[in-house]
Amino acid sequence: MTVKGSIEQKLTQGLAPTRLAVTDESHRHAGHAGHDRNGESHFHVEIVSAAFVGKSRVERHRMVNALLAEELAGPVHALSLATKTPDETAS
Amino acid sequence: MSNPVFDQIRQDVGENDVVLYMKGTPMFPQCGFSAAVVQVLTALGVKFKGIDVLVDPSLREGIKQFSNWPTIPQLYVKGEFVGGCDIVREMASNGELQSLMKTKGVAGVN
Repeated sequence: MTVKGSIEQKLTQGLAPTRLAVTDESHRHAGHAGHDRNGESHFHVEIVSAAFVGKSRVERHRMVNALLAEELAGPVHALSLATKTPDETAS
Repeated sequence: MSNPVFDQIRQDVGENDVVLYMKGTPMFPQCGFSAAVVQVLTALGVKFKGIDVLVDPSLREGIKQFSNWPTIPQLYVKGEFVGGCDIVREMASNGELQSLMKTKGVAGVN
């Protein structure tokens, strides 16, 4: 499976998101430290989940980071996150 | 869990109101995410201490364990971990970072 695919799968299983968009931004970092020529290294994740209700930003990011610990320890050099609850996207 | 690096981190975040663990220095950031946070802090007008994790591998790993946060940059205000690049940018854009600093008594906030 691609790195993007495994990120999507783990977040879907772990957080039951109502919206999930995983974007591979590796091309924007070509030639810079941490960029892997063959691989997917930089991602942006937009995720909307009811699991974030009542959690601080730091707590939300930690929830995502915990689910993706394996990817972060391996191929993923940078992960940028936008975490929202369904209510927050409505506004 | 005693890690000698933690003592150094506690001292740094205790002695300085605003501390940024980053790649490179505020003048010469070595990573786009670190540069973005430097820009936010500079725009706020606060004095901050930038600590370059690239010069010390044990600090580079230690800071991640200390905060239970897997990435760098990391911003600390009055000893408290605030977040990484996404969080800092988000908080700056809606004024939350400014109010947090003011509430905590950081000098010089615009």
